[in-house]
Amino acid sequence: MASVIYQCIEQIGSKIIENKDFLTELDREIGDADHGVNMARGYTEALKAIPQEEEDIGAVLKKTGMTLLSKVGGASGPLYGTAYMKAAKVAAGKKSLTLEDARAMMDEIIAGIQLRGKAVRGEKTMLDALIPASEALTAGMAEGKDVNACLADMCSAAEEGVEYTKTIRATKGRASYLGDRSIGHQDPGATSSLYTLEAIRDFVAGL
Amino acid sequence: MVGIVIVSHSEKLAEGVRELASQMASPDLPIIAAGGIDGGIGTDAFKIQAGIEEADRGEGVLILADLGSAIMSAETAMDLLEKEIRVVIADTPVVEGAVSAAVTASTGAGLDEVLEAAMEAREMHKL
Repeated sequence: MASVIYQCIEQIGSKIIENKDFLTELDREIGDADHGVNMARGYTEALKAIPQEEEDIGAVLKKTGMTLLSKVGGASGPLYGTAYMKAAKVAAGKKSLTLEDARAMMDEIIAGIQLRGKAVRGEKTMLDALIPASEALTAGMAEGKDVNACLADMCSAAEEGVEYTKTIRATKGRASYLGDRSIGHQDPGATSSLYTLEAIRDFVAGL
Repeated sequence: MVGIVIVSHSEKLAEGVRELASQMASPDLPIIAAGGIDGGIGTDAFKIQAGIEEADRGEGVLILADLGSAIMSAETAMDLLEKEIRVVIADTPVVEGAVSAAVTASTGAGLDEVLEAAMEAREMHKL
């Protein structure tokens, strides 16, 4: 029987794989047309590499991160790899997570991605989805919302963030070569970050 | 001796730069090519990590990297290192930088000096 965390990664992987062509299409417009294909390959390999029964959430997240790092190529490998490995540190040895853990994981993930990508908010990157999502989590917790409501808020905020990436020009990554021509296109990395959060939201709602 | 690691999205490009730089270098100089990912185009932090460990002779390692995320993967590789190795990334053209670094490292120069030699490649004019 696959562990809960394995099933969660499986759901994230399925969402990315289902949307592989759309993510690649977005990346064709402003990048090098490999985001969907690369991410799908990364999750396919990760799901093979993770022991299905492993219940230690930290161990599963770490294995996911390491596999994405070695299989994805492009910038998404180090960025998503770092995100999972930073989240793994918070979850090390744990078999369940609280909202406080989620809060700490979001902080670690964002700090890790910022350090790795040397990007800030507003540069048309995955941070434009993740930072608003993190803020929504903080706000939801302050209002005493439950985990499902917090995850729903996080997804709404990330979705607005993805919409926002359409209005700005890219200053990081391959898309920055396009300058103002990147305006009007939504960022593939912000979009895959949104899909990740949506898959987690749907997974947790179904528990 | 200072070790050198060539990072490229292309395995062939990394290998070619290694070959070119080695021609000018001492046969003892460790120059490692860490290019490509899974046989395709991309950079692999674990391959780079292994390259750094292989190139290390205790006096530090200089990395030369090509485009965009090659730097990100090289920095990730530095975080993955299990032993203490002094590693620096040279912000310089890969081919000229590698030749220049290899020549200087072959004299037994330290990491700072090898880095400086690599950086001088930024100012090299071809015409």
